[in-house]
Amino acid sequence: MTFASLSYIRTTFFLPVPAIIAFVFFAAIATGTETTTVEFEEGLSLLTQNDFDQKERGIDKIDISADPMKKKEIFTALLSDQLFYIKKDKTLVFVEEDESVYRITSVLSGIELTALKKRKLTKISLNNTLRQKINSILARQNLSHQDPQVRLAAANKLLEEPNPSIVSLLASRLTDEKDAKVKKTLSLALGLGQLKDDAPDKRLNALTNLKGSLNPSVRNALVKFIHEEQDETIKKKAEQVLRDIDSMVSFFGFAETLFFGLSMGSVLVLAAIGLAITFGVIGVINMAHGELIMIGAYTTYVIQQLMPESIGLSLFLAIPAAFIVSGLTGIVIERSVIRFLYGRPLETLLATYGLSLVLQQAVRSIFSPLNRTVITPDWMSGSLAINSIFSITINRLSIVIFCGVVFAALFLIMKKTSIGLQVRAVSQNRAMARAMGVRASRVDALTFGLGSGIAGIAGVALSQLTNVGPNLGQAYIIDSFMVVVFGGVGNLWGTMLGGLSLGIANKFIEPWAGAVLAKIIILVFIILFIQRRPQGLFPQKGRVA
Amino acid sequence: MVSILMNNKRASIIFLACLGFATVLVPILNLLVGPDNAFHIPTYTMSMLGKYLTYALLAVAVDLVWGYLGILSLGHGAFFALGGYAMGMYLMRQIGDRGVYGNPILPDFMVFLNWQELPWFWHGFQWFWFAILMAVLVPTLLSIFFGWFAFRSRVTGVYLSIITQALTFSLLLAFFRNEMGFGGNNGLTDFKDILGFSLQSDYTRASLFIASGIALAFGYLCCQYIVNSKLGRVCTAIRDSESRVQFIGYRIENFKLWVFAFSAALAGIAGALYVPQVGIINPSEFSPLNSIEIVVWVAVGGRATIYGPVIGALLVNYAKSFLTAAMPESWLFVLGAIFIVVTLFLPHGITGLLKSKKESQ
Amino acid sequence: MQPLEKMRQLFRRDQVFDFLIPDIPPDLDVTHGVILYLEDISVSFDGFKAIDNLNLYIGDGELRCIIGPNGAGKTTMMDIITGKTKPDYGKAWFGQSINLLKLSEPEIAQAGIGRKFQKPTVFENHSVFENLELAMACNKGVLPTLMASLSGEQHDHIDKVLELVGLTEITKSRAGSLSHGQKQWLEIGMLLMQKPKLLLVDEPVAGMTLQEMERTAELLTSLAGERSVIVVEHDMDFVRSIAQKVTVLHQGRILMEGSMDEVQNDQRVIEVYLGE
Repeated sequence: MTFASLSYIRTTFFLPVPAIIAFVFFAAIATGTETTTVEFEEGLSLLTQNDFDQKERGIDKIDISADPMKKKEIFTALLSDQLFYIKKDKTLVFVEEDESVYRITSVLSGIELTALKKRKLTKISLNNTLRQKINSILARQNLSHQDPQVRLAAANKLLEEPNPSIVSLLASRLTDEKDAKVKKTLSLALGLGQLKDDAPDKRLNALTNLKGSLNPSVRNALVKFIHEEQDETIKKKAEQVLRDIDSMVSFFGFAETLFFGLSMGSVLVLAAIGLAITFGVIGVINMAHGELIMIGAYTTYVIQQLMPESIGLSLFLAIPAAFIVSGLTGIVIERSVIRFLYGRPLETLLATYGLSLVLQQAVRSIFSPLNRTVITPDWMSGSLAINSIFSITINRLSIVIFCGVVFAALFLIMKKTSIGLQVRAVSQNRAMARAMGVRASRVDALTFGLGSGIAGIAGVALSQLTNVGPNLGQAYIIDSFMVVVFGGVGNLWGTMLGGLSLGIANKFIEPWAGAVLAKIIILVFIILFIQRRPQGLFPQKGRVA
Repeated sequence: MVSILMNNKRASIIFLACLGFATVLVPILNLLVGPDNAFHIPTYTMSMLGKYLTYALLAVAVDLVWGYLGILSLGHGAFFALGGYAMGMYLMRQIGDRGVYGNPILPDFMVFLNWQELPWFWHGFQWFWFAILMAVLVPTLLSIFFGWFAFRSRVTGVYLSIITQALTFSLLLAFFRNEMGFGGNNGLTDFKDILGFSLQSDYTRASLFIASGIALAFGYLCCQYIVNSKLGRVCTAIRDSESRVQFIGYRIENFKLWVFAFSAALAGIAGALYVPQVGIINPSEFSPLNSIEIVVWVAVGGRATIYGPVIGALLVNYAKSFLTAAMPESWLFVLGAIFIVVTLFLPHGITGLLKSKKESQ
Repeated sequence: MQPLEKMRQLFRRDQVFDFLIPDIPPDLDVTHGVILYLEDISVSFDGFKAIDNLNLYIGDGELRCIIGPNGAGKTTMMDIITGKTKPDYGKAWFGQSINLLKLSEPEIAQAGIGRKFQKPTVFENHSVFENLELAMACNKGVLPTLMASLSGEQHDHIDKVLELVGLTEITKSRAGSLSHGQKQWLEIGMLLMQKPKLLLVDEPVAGMTLQEMERTAELLTSLAGERSVIVVEHDMDFVRSIAQKVTVLHQGRILMEGSMDEVQNDQRVIEVYLGE
């Protein structure tokens, strides 16, 4: 709101200035010398010739004589096959297809003419040389456009299709350019152009310009250059530059893998941290944990179905809703089943496995066994490009941040609130805590509810990454246990580090082993690890009693 | 103590008599009683019963480690499946050039994957004895390898359960891969014959059924022998108080290891008998749910009695066959409920319930 | 040619390789009259020194009582002797020939050290007889255990121990159904089945009635002589009734050693027990 009104004030205030400039500009063209107009018309008529050389001359003439707006209009139309001439009188026209009627506008006058049948028109055809020529003209024009975004796009285009003919133009543009980003790209384009220069010192200079660039076209050009270059010193230098670039590429490749690993690790941490509470703090092994995650994901789905208009808001509402739904389910499970099985971990495992089957089938009966898609809000799609080879997808980044927030919140709950204190007390010495007036059974239920609620929140996060289906939870339960056991039972930090390191390790193994084998390798590693250190990464120390 | 032994002996005699009776009667009713007769047992039913018998043997194997040793193994499904794969590989080689692609050596799926020669681990499976040996040896070796690590580092209780489950899970993932050379997702199927006898023939089916009955009796007797020996008493002592046994001077890791390995071997035999009767083996046999279902059979029947798990396996699987046909939606609800009810209200299973009824009378 | 030569070397019949020699601990050697040496033992948990430079010698056939306030390191000391905890520094020898620090828990048990825990742990689902049978000293490998059957001699041994701990009447009862005192005796009986040379007894009379306590005192004194016994106890009356020599532990060190009278009149001991 504020931003809109501000820009409104600005436009109304500043409107007169550009208007005046524009006025002066157009007036200058209108009263311009006769010769330019004549040349322009000549150019137009040359375009209607069949001979490509003639057309090229015409293009040159238009390039010199036409005003920038018009020039752009004509050339873009040419490139997109929208420039025709009327067979009868060779008038050049823009043609726009509008529901099978051709709307034609005169190029010279800009007046819309009466529609004509298609056969009365002839398209102005181009060959590749001409296309390239027009492209570079357009690029050059765009390079001096007032919007830096347009200039950047033009410069990038030049990188993809280097054009030695405009090296001098680039050099002059480079001195005028103020925007740093555009300047950098321009200097790269200049460098690429100069690589083809005959003078060795120019080529050497070009290499200095290209140093450290991560643009793939720069690398391609360098590889080609090294292949063709005769001068040994320059070749050596080029190889050096290429090596530097390659090492940077591999560094950013490493960073990207690290980020993927981090995001996968965050998912693991989110899935496991609820378990770390129920398993670690109250010693209950909850095989239905995965299904509590699934319930959280389905809650997200239901809320999104209820308010399809505002996807983003529904996601935020889903977080507390999933916490409550999964948390309550957890409390019901605890009160109805687990309560009777404390101290019998193997039986708890079996009973909760039974519960997980019931929950899965319930979801299958209610929502159908098919996967459901939860829509990702717009602000979470897309990616942040750090440079041309390393970009961060926003939804993964959000998961990482979200995981951090959930972890911090949980950590605060456990360390700073009275319920957290009670939970820790009961986990350390149940009888003593009870003697101090802690209602242990209530604390058990709340702890279980808390762990289950966190599982629900993990479900919200997962719904943004994968499809939501009845088997969602099963896919995560073993991974979650591995994380908890790997990190050390009853240790939130251990879970965090365990999850992240497992995620990262997985992503680093994946490229050379494949996704499935990577998973197997990790599982085998953990099996071996637990056997070496049954207490996990961070064992709770103390007297062996 | 003596009375317990007597009791066990009586139960054993009853059990073995029932088993022997069924093993003889079912094939007779299938082969000699005409299809019009009310007592005729169709071949399909006989194969299903044979399948149940292999399940029962599997349940006995799990009971030995869970009921007597306190190890809740969620990996016996994997041992079972490995035994099954060994048999499946033999049956696959028996197909010869009768496959779709007609390659005399390579099974169809390898031809389909454009493989040129047989992978090394498929060699030898053209011999029946080799397949049987592998069906026993592979699960045993895996269990020894796994147990050697697990028991030495004193991984116990739920930790052990979870890592056995992880083991099963990683085998599941591995066997899904085509590159593993076990037929990937589709597994091994389209078997033609065993030892030269067509798998479609009623006589072969009956023989397989009898073999399953004999294997179950063998497994039962072995387990009874172990359980009633001093070894069995050491096992239950380990289950009840591991550290105490250690202080008495027993190397509990060795006891666990060998009993676990024996149990895995039984599971492998069960798997090898299972495959020819159902005609297919695929990676879903490795799914964690399968392993945990076995535990439920044991729990329903009553653990720490060798005959209880047999009853449990038969009952639960009959219920499964019945319900998945009648109301497919309800089966998981029922299975889940069985899990909960048994753990909450029937810690000693059906046999425990009967026993306590008897005692209160 | 060389690999072949190596193979030949490997199959030489006159040679026994190291890894083929079973790792049997040497026999107990008490020619110097001392059965247990603990020297300069230190162990700490998270910076807390549970045992601090402890030196303790137990004579062959001695009955030694160890007392000390909570946290004095009594249980940790037992853990070290039985191999449950490995010390940070120090030496622990059983007789002159057996290094305890190199042995695992079952090996130590087989070498002849028996331990009775504070909480009685017997196999509740087994009968009294079976409990003793399991504890009996014999080959405890897997296969021998599977094939085991009781010889007459072994039967006699079990009967003798049953008589010693006074449980002859109830051999066939489930151990879980015994009273607290009976469980303690059964546990001591299980220790005796292993024919140990050194018995560690942790708080044997906690929770016992007066009569049970008297019987336990009798039992323990009758055990000493043939074997050495270390008793850790809180109950001073009980200690007085059995003690020949008492060691007082405090903060992981030995505060003093002496007869019960000396200990009770020592100023430092009184301070430790009663505060300043």
